[in-house]
Amino acid sequence: MLDSVLFYFFGGVAVVGAALMVTSRNAIHSAVFLITTLLATAGIFLQLGAEFLFIAQVILYVGGIMVLFIFVIMLVRLDVALHHIRFRMKSLVVMTVFGVLAAEAGAIIYYARALPGQGLFIQNMAPADKLAPNSEKLAESLFNSYLLPFEIASVLLLVAMVGAVVMAKSKNRTEES
Amino acid sequence: MNPTAHAILVFLQTWWVELVCGVVIVAVVPLIAGYVVLVERKLMADMQARLGPMRVGPHGLLQPIADAVKLLIKEDIIPDQSDKLIFWLAPVISMVAALTSMGAIAFGPTFQVARDINIGILFVLGVSSLGFLGIILGGWASNSHYSIIGALRSTAQLVSYETAAGLAIVSALLLSGTLRISAIVEAQQQAGVWFIFLAPVAAFIYLVASIAETNRAPFDLPEAESELVAGYMTEYSGFRWALYFLGEYANMIVVGSVATTLFLGGWLRPFPNVHWLAWLDWLPALIIALIGVYSIHRAGKQPVKVQTGFMWAVGLACFAVAVIFAVPWFVAPLKVIIPGLNGAFWFLLKVSAYIYVFMWLRFTLPRYRFDQLMHLGWYILIPLAIVNVFSVGIAMLLETEFGVTRWLALLLTTIVTLAAAILLVRWHDKRTESASSASLAPESYAG
Amino acid sequence: MGPQHPSTHGVLRVKLKLDGERVRGTECVIGYLHRGVEKIAENRSYQQFAPYVDRMDYVAAVSNGLGYCEAVEKLLNVEAPPRARVIRTILAELQRIASHLVWLGTNALDIGALTPLFYCMREREEILKIFEKYCGARLTTHAFRIGGLQYESYDGFEQDVERFCLDFEHRIQDYVDLLTGNSIWIGRTRNVGMLKAADCIALGASGPILRAAGVKWDLRKAQPYAAYEQYKFEIPVGSNGDTYDRYMVRIEEMRQSRLICLQAIEKIPEGPIMGKVGKVIKPSAGEIYHSIEAPKGILGYYIVSDGGTQPYRVRVRPPSFVNLQALDKMVRGHLVADVVAIIGTLDIVLGEVDR
Repeated sequence: MLDSVLFYFFGGVAVVGAALMVTSRNAIHSAVFLITTLLATAGIFLQLGAEFLFIAQVILYVGGIMVLFIFVIMLVRLDVALHHIRFRMKSLVVMTVFGVLAAEAGAIIYYARALPGQGLFIQNMAPADKLAPNSEKLAESLFNSYLLPFEIASVLLLVAMVGAVVMAKSKNRTEES
Repeated sequence: MNPTAHAILVFLQTWWVELVCGVVIVAVVPLIAGYVVLVERKLMADMQARLGPMRVGPHGLLQPIADAVKLLIKEDIIPDQSDKLIFWLAPVISMVAALTSMGAIAFGPTFQVARDINIGILFVLGVSSLGFLGIILGGWASNSHYSIIGALRSTAQLVSYETAAGLAIVSALLLSGTLRISAIVEAQQQAGVWFIFLAPVAAFIYLVASIAETNRAPFDLPEAESELVAGYMTEYSGFRWALYFLGEYANMIVVGSVATTLFLGGWLRPFPNVHWLAWLDWLPALIIALIGVYSIHRAGKQPVKVQTGFMWAVGLACFAVAVIFAVPWFVAPLKVIIPGLNGAFWFLLKVSAYIYVFMWLRFTLPRYRFDQLMHLGWYILIPLAIVNVFSVGIAMLLETEFGVTRWLALLLTTIVTLAAAILLVRWHDKRTESASSASLAPESYAG
Repeated sequence: MGPQHPSTHGVLRVKLKLDGERVRGTECVIGYLHRGVEKIAENRSYQQFAPYVDRMDYVAAVSNGLGYCEAVEKLLNVEAPPRARVIRTILAELQRIASHLVWLGTNALDIGALTPLFYCMREREEILKIFEKYCGARLTTHAFRIGGLQYESYDGFEQDVERFCLDFEHRIQDYVDLLTGNSIWIGRTRNVGMLKAADCIALGASGPILRAAGVKWDLRKAQPYAAYEQYKFEIPVGSNGDTYDRYMVRIEEMRQSRLICLQAIEKIPEGPIMGKVGKVIKPSAGEIYHSIEAPKGILGYYIVSDGGTQPYRVRVRPPSFVNLQALDKMVRGHLVADVVAIIGTLDIVLGEVDR
């Protein structure tokens, strides 16, 4: 019962946050609403017992990417850029997307009631302490089965970091690097 | 009864301890942060040969209350062109991040809100880093160049030192093998020694990084130096500023708790495994009783009657607390709370010692200039932290593969790390010397 | 950096030309504390003007008074008796220590060290107590009179000074321990605000700034006044001309002042304290320039007399005013955070700069 309540709470916050983010006129407000959406998604992860995903979402998405977004919004003059947008079919696209999403949501709700044991309220969820410890399992699979992709990803991150530093420096420095 | 009420009852029955802990944290920590401010002012005064706040309440003890009341009744000034939603939201984010991260900290074996969450330390780190958002948004919402510059600088400093802090924590986590807070403390109990003795370089790096994390001197240029930039808190007045300020002190408590858990043995008493020192379990009651005795001893020497009465009151209060600590030993059914009570005492004592070191450093050292600060973080601290992770890893490898005893392996690798540290500092000094003597001005910083 | 700024040590306005964080040039706007002191002098008698002089460099009032009284005595061709000269020296050196203590405390506070300020104020309290016992005032002392002293030294003067001086050595060690070897302090002051010897001389900078650049010029040795030629003391000299050297020079000067005081109180000569000066001071027409080594640099008085009881013109050469001109040269290429440290190291007092 508590799980359902929590799920609908987080889901509701995520949807409302996303809607506000899309419709808000102020860029920083959009960023803040995106943060609420991301945090709500992280809450859903936590509720599913995927604690590591939860904290990864918080640290990386909210603490890293959103901070980056906010920096960019603050330091780039968006109102100048906005004047150049000339997309005319905005309302048509919005209505199409909204229609499709509403149809999908309706279909899910309708068919879910027919599935045995499923429904809008989850009756018996597995208790969290019966699940395998999340971080250990993740670490085991990362370092055993998926070692090569892990190392490739690390090298990619390193290259990105070095590239960012080089690009930032080459503007200011002449010979002093 | 209807299912909702039943569900609520079940919820309360299973989670009442955590709920109480949560309520205590949210209600008490801001008050405690206020008193930490008073302690800092008194300590600063003591180190500077003066008395500190003395007027409000006996020995200035009601000063935080007076400050809180003053800030609450102040006019709420909102800059004209600022973003009202963000202006309101920023201090809230700062405070909420600090308080929420306290949810995962175990203040004792029983006092923990997020009981035994799998990712304990990572939770604390991740959620407390949400506080950066409060700083950036606060600087933005103030609608003033200097606030934004101050906010950006502060964030740059925080992000750089967060990396170093994280790497230092990784070293301690290598020693304990798990992220769960209670398991980390148990690992220290099994090892018989606090991790600060096994990984001292990591502890030191974490100390320096946590001072920079909380914007304390000597790294407090973004907030204290009033050269041109007065920092992200300028336009905030009244209770909004108080939220930022209390959030900063709550952050100090969080950072101290993380260091205590990882390096100082959490809620363990000194020498937790040595059985013939088990009488140390009596120390909490004894220490508090001794403070009471000292208080009553000084009561006779006070110049004014009011002060005498006050010291007697303090002494009797100390005795009462000491009795509370001692009674469970004698009353059988209460014996279960002994570990919790003692554990909380030792934990709070260690956190207080850590915060004392913070304050001590603040009053002793001058401030780093911002580029020197970033130099220190990126050129010295992060490389040293990386080297330290390697060396602790090699030590663990030596222990598991080659059977070298743990403390010997760590001793060897600590010596190697210290050598690397000395070389790093020498190289850095030579570099800044040559750079600054070559040109008239020091080289500029990145960011 | 506006006139209201906690770190500009008074009402000084500095317009900084910035390129990002780097300072490309400065322009000082002064005059916020101008009180027309030199014009007032033309309408006061010589004795009446003496209290005004203290208000110029209000941190080191005794030195101002010493310079003025000696200048007028030179104009009158009168010498203060030996006892008066020795007591003047002792008080002037105590004032030098007090001025340097204020400088040290406030400069350390600007750079971020919170504690030395309170320790310095504690020591300065002792000096101000001695002043108060001597002439009744702590800050604007008006301690000296034209021709000598008004007040005899009080009973216990020598013991007070001796006790202070003996205690002071440990205190200086406190400051040195806190700051001198501290790598943060060195990082903030080494190679910051360099002013080489040639630039000092060209700009007219004097005092610790000149000595830190390597020029061993101190008026107490070069053109001795009061009782300075009787005492043995060193002139501390730096080599680099940066803020760190100026800090070391001033610390060492405090030590040397202490030595002078200890030597002086051993043998204060007996005798009168007032020279042969009549009740009405009416010097013959002429002009005189007399300069002394004030704590902040060379303090000079140029007095023109037209034979009347009021001076025709008193022109003060304040050390801070001339030293402040060096700010532009010292600050170029540094970061904004250094500007505060450099203004502090110049040790300016706006009362002197603006008069």
